[in-house]
Amino acid sequence: MSAREPVAVVGVGQTKHVAARRDVSIAGLVREAARRALDDAGLGWADVDAVVIGKAPDFFEGVMMPELYLADALGAVGKPMLRVHTAGSVGGSTALVAANLVAARVHRTVLTLAFEKQSESNAMWGLSLPIPFQQPLLAGAGGFFAPHVRAYMRRSGAPDTVGSLVAYKDRRNALKNPYAHLHEHDITLEKVQSSPMLWDPIRYSETCPSSDGACAMVLTDRAGASRAPHPPAWVHGGAMRSEPTLFAGKDFVSPQAGKDCAADVYRRAGIADPRREIDAVEMYVPFSWYEPMWLENLGFAAEGEGWKLTESGVTELDGDLPVNPSGGVLSTNPIGASGMIRFAEAALQVRGLAGAHQVDGARKALGHAYGGGSQFFSMWLVGSEPPAT
Amino acid sequence: MRDVAIVAFAQTDHVRSSEALSEVEMLMPVLHDVLGRTGLRTGDIGFTCSGSSDYLAGRAFSFTMALDGVGAWPPIAESHVEMDGAWALYEAWVELLTGEADTALVYSYGKSSPGSVRDVLTRQLDPYYLAPLWPDSVALAALQAQALIDAGETDEQALAAIAARSRTDAEDNPHAQLRGPRPQGDYVVRPLRTGDCPPVGDGAAAVVLAAGDRARELCERPAWIRGMDHRIEPHALGVRDLTDSPSARLAAERAGAFERPVDTAELHAPFTSQEVVLRRALRLGDSVRVNASGGALAANPVMAAGLVRIGEAAAAVHRGASHRALAHATSGPCLQQNLVAVLEGEPHVR
Repeated sequence: MSAREPVAVVGVGQTKHVAARRDVSIAGLVREAARRALDDAGLGWADVDAVVIGKAPDFFEGVMMPELYLADALGAVGKPMLRVHTAGSVGGSTALVAANLVAARVHRTVLTLAFEKQSESNAMWGLSLPIPFQQPLLAGAGGFFAPHVRAYMRRSGAPDTVGSLVAYKDRRNALKNPYAHLHEHDITLEKVQSSPMLWDPIRYSETCPSSDGACAMVLTDRAGASRAPHPPAWVHGGAMRSEPTLFAGKDFVSPQAGKDCAADVYRRAGIADPRREIDAVEMYVPFSWYEPMWLENLGFAAEGEGWKLTESGVTELDGDLPVNPSGGVLSTNPIGASGMIRFAEAALQVRGLAGAHQVDGARKALGHAYGGGSQFFSMWLVGSEPPAT
Repeated sequence: MRDVAIVAFAQTDHVRSSEALSEVEMLMPVLHDVLGRTGLRTGDIGFTCSGSSDYLAGRAFSFTMALDGVGAWPPIAESHVEMDGAWALYEAWVELLTGEADTALVYSYGKSSPGSVRDVLTRQLDPYYLAPLWPDSVALAALQAQALIDAGETDEQALAAIAARSRTDAEDNPHAQLRGPRPQGDYVVRPLRTGDCPPVGDGAAAVVLAAGDRARELCERPAWIRGMDHRIEPHALGVRDLTDSPSARLAAERAGAFERPVDTAELHAPFTSQEVVLRRALRLGDSVRVNASGGALAANPVMAAGLVRIGEAAAAVHRGASHRALAHATSGPCLQQNLVAVLEGEPHVR
């Protein structure tokens, strides 16, 4: 039995993420990202063997299974088209499903894309489930996650200011990323700390925006990578893990599924010490405090120590372990695409194509996504060199 | 390519309304049933993948509750497609082909009873030009049926014969919703009569996949997946020839269906007229046993009906009733997207 085919990322495309893309249809939005990814890869529509698309709940746009209607816009006619939906982790899961098609040698070149056009509806209320599914106590994802942030603060003894440091950093990083939604040129730490409290302890400036946007990648095999006009990123390992939403003994601060998923990725990628071996991290931080929480969950810091990395500047763009150099979910959040943007930004870093938010000499980068009630995880580790086979 | 087989299949009794049960309550017995057939437990499964639709459930992230039925603790490697479970099976098959897992659990479910499924399905049409007109699924299928009649491919009498044959065959299927012949009835949307349309109902299905020797350990006569492929067509009905299914034909070709004749076929044709299209596109002669289960005309749990077709074909191989079977699933208006799997009973000869 032959080993898996190595998978390369040879094209990345994003739309300029904004609050409302009223100038394009859903089809126009996804096609823009796909076209840019194909241009980056130096390929045309005919070079694509299959399309794998992902997005969060169909209610966000009010279109049931929109891939059926998007087949034409994505050049999928006559080709296989798969639609993934794994809640907030979906952008990452979609990329992994696409990578598997190449790894299994079912297809040679796959276009994968994730999107959300949140201006078509109201995501906060879309996420607030009606009776009888949930008590009418929560308003949006922030209402669900705020108590878990509070639990982290109490457990770790982190100072109240850590969340604002994350937001201040990510919003400044976003100024270096032309595709980021929020470009707050006048941002100051004081402004973050004095912004209105939304879901105690999460303030307005520590919360992700609601964006319209799409992200696409072209994945291919060794032969495809050798023809690519720009340096590829190589997939060294990827994994998904899920656990139930609620159960006795669930650790909402550091879910086991996240730990298991990271451990699986590191095993596949041959990473023994993530803190030393990984040069950049794009992690899914929709609320500022999730940076220190995920630093611990992903093994970059010991339990209760994650906030110290943030506070000491380790996660800054010029720090020792830059986290979310793109500005992250805190600056750009087309929900269904947010996970794929993390995966794609990790790829851009190791390709050396991240522009003004490039981490110098990044050779290995982690892309991370999560969703549901901190229960669905998908991650990949990409490198500038092909994986050892 | 790695040898992967379907080693177990289970389904609910498909019913008009399961209002007393939640989705997870409907699904759980099926999961227990399919795992019980292999002696596996959730923790033994290498990869889990499901298919369902939020629009049927009427709530966002509906699949997260179904995960409770799986018992995802300790955490499991798991994924979900917003598609019929046949495509969840495809994703799981690819995962097994990579060698990262040796077994997979695939399930899907759908409850059409809470709403008007004819209206719900209009929401999957082009949101700018088509969905605002609310053309329902029966009306669109009727356009296809009329195109077939106009082209001389079928007539109302032939369609009635397909309906009668399917529901007569379903007499032997304890899970079917319509068992035994039904009157063709009045026109629902001309030329389709009540008998030409699928029943509206609720149901769930699950299969277990296994690779190589693991499959032989778990099943006396595994249904080996010799090939599987799926293809999509343009969305706008006006640019398609509704009397043909080039996507089904291409998927079958890529799945190797035309390399040797099959003896059995399970076609996901919710409307009688769609069986006419598929039989021709898939080159199924009169010697092929088509929809011995009764097909989607006897039970059509939306989001699960395609997986049920693959499961029924696999079960025919398991019990020795078929040596080489074709299973088909469809999605979208008028057979827009089609999947074909070829299953065989014999050990693979390289």
